[in-house]
Amino acid sequence: MSEYLVDIIHEKLSFFTPAGEVKALNDVSIQMREGEVLGIVGESGSGKSVTAYSLMGLTADNGKIIGGEVNFNGHRIDLMTEKEIRKIRGKEISIIFQDPMTSLNPVYTIGNQIEEAVRVHGDKTKNEARERARELLTLVGINEPDKRLKQYPHELSGGMRQRVMIAIALACEPKLLIADEPTTALDVTIQAQILELMNDLKKKLKMGIILITHDLGVVASMCDNIAVMYAGEIVEYGPLDDIFYNPQHEYTKGLLKSIPKFQEKEYSKLVPIEGQPVDLLNPPKGCPFAPRCESCMKVCLEKKPERTEFDNLGGYTVVGMKGKHYSRCFLQAKKEFEMKNGEVKA
Amino acid sequence: MVKYIVKRILFGVLTAFVVATLTFFIMNLVPGGPFLSEKAVTPQAQAAMEAKYGLDKPLFVQYLTYMGDILHGDMGMSLKKRGFTVNDIIRNKFPVSARLGLLAVLVSVLIGVPLGSVAAYNRGKAVDNVIIVFSTAGIAIPTFLSSTLMMYFFSVKLKILPSLGLQTPASYIMPVLALSLYPASYIARLMRSSMLDVIGQDYMRTARAKGVSTFKSIFKHALRNAILPVVTYLGPLLAYLMTGSFIVEKIFTIPGLGSEFVAAIPSRDYPLIMGTTIFLACLIIMMNVLVDIAYAFIDPRIKLK
Repeated sequence: MSEYLVDIIHEKLSFFTPAGEVKALNDVSIQMREGEVLGIVGESGSGKSVTAYSLMGLTADNGKIIGGEVNFNGHRIDLMTEKEIRKIRGKEISIIFQDPMTSLNPVYTIGNQIEEAVRVHGDKTKNEARERARELLTLVGINEPDKRLKQYPHELSGGMRQRVMIAIALACEPKLLIADEPTTALDVTIQAQILELMNDLKKKLKMGIILITHDLGVVASMCDNIAVMYAGEIVEYGPLDDIFYNPQHEYTKGLLKSIPKFQEKEYSKLVPIEGQPVDLLNPPKGCPFAPRCESCMKVCLEKKPERTEFDNLGGYTVVGMKGKHYSRCFLQAKKEFEMKNGEVKA
Repeated sequence: MVKYIVKRILFGVLTAFVVATLTFFIMNLVPGGPFLSEKAVTPQAQAAMEAKYGLDKPLFVQYLTYMGDILHGDMGMSLKKRGFTVNDIIRNKFPVSARLGLLAVLVSVLIGVPLGSVAAYNRGKAVDNVIIVFSTAGIAIPTFLSSTLMMYFFSVKLKILPSLGLQTPASYIMPVLALSLYPASYIARLMRSSMLDVIGQDYMRTARAKGVSTFKSIFKHALRNAILPVVTYLGPLLAYLMTGSFIVEKIFTIPGLGSEFVAAIPSRDYPLIMGTTIFLACLIIMMNVLVDIAYAFIDPRIKLK
């Protein structure tokens, strides 16, 4: 078993549609230790969710892993059958979805749905499962658990339903929790509560979390490392502070610029990233961000940039969880090359 | 809930009243009369018979008399089946048709629901295509054709099923199958489309993410959500099948209510036309109330008010 809980090596995944092959993931590698919190950020369609879903075999039927390895907790997910993966789902790896309003089955009680998650794996009796469901509801901060267990999803608020979803995800104490935009569908005050809850649970249960979001504020509040995805590639990866204070890739810089700044006194316009996302049916030959990049060079259109690694900043991250900061951009490669050559000349 | 049911029943009575009134006047608008087909009837004899049954009175007076009688539960004498009241005919024939109809509904649901679910789950695959072809054929093939074909093969050629009557349990097989062919196909199609809708819902993904098996996710999580359109269809279906089918009853020589219903019209058996129509209307109203109650049990979001 490798030292990593999640070890995705050069994963390539495509969706085969009538219009052609949509190359959703192009050479994605992610390493993650037990108990680590990884944030995956990027715009819609950049492959954030697909990466995480492929870890639990939840990609749509027409999506196939066509290259690389997906290792999770000693399992080769990409080689397992649906039946084998089913034994892991909900037990070793769980997920909470974006929209708690539609993610719970409307015709069954909360109790029924939590107990189901408890009983799918293992051999708990009905009473034990009910006891565990009560425990879980208390854990996620829902009061009057006995009353809630008998209620239906439509009788609960959005925040409450997301708590229930979290309770379902935690039913078998998974090693990894995937949170797919867990706060996007909630209003701001509830968002804060849910994030606080997840932070609490992370400390209590010591599980790894993959937090998928396009909200950099959410990422900043709880991640150890961040992967920035664009067009099915990780364009920059590194510890939280490195990404926020020393971003290297032009796309990451653009993302950070497009956050509204409320502390500024004068009214300033948001800075958007110009252009359109890449069409993954016909991905460009070179760097996928090149057409939108302000510092685009000739080479960017021709060749894919390799990783350039940087020294980590100091700053706060959980000790031992810090990943190696890298980006995929010719600008950095060029700078590094010039620096080395300059040193030689001098 | 109780308040809702009482309200629905009161509305039902009103509906039945409107149906009775409309039927009465439309029926009398149609030219002809009950005693015209009798041979060599002298004008005096005809007048005497019309007087006996009150048909000589003004239409509105007839209407009031009829409505008055029906409020007392008396639907009058049949004009053609001498000596039988309409109440008798319904009392004798309805159980036969109802038994057959209930069986047919049961068979339709047991065939249609699983077929539709399987088709939806295997969307676009061979199984789906086969089910679509069969269900389309089931809707398109008229009952008289499927009945006679079945009778030809199973009774005439293979001699394994009786061709008429309802004496043995085996005699039920062909009539029930003939009656359920259309509804089973229709339910399969209904089920397929609503199941397709449900399979794409987020909570189905949640079930999968929990590690629930495919079978359980379909039959626990999807079925209860997808069945509502089928339940809606079942209300009127129950009423129609329980009052009997003219064609199936004729072909298999079954003494049911369906043939009475149809035979009453050309012979202008006014009380029988009224009686069977009102009976069917009441049955449909009742079944729809039952369907609404079933809704509330199936989907907790539906509150009956």
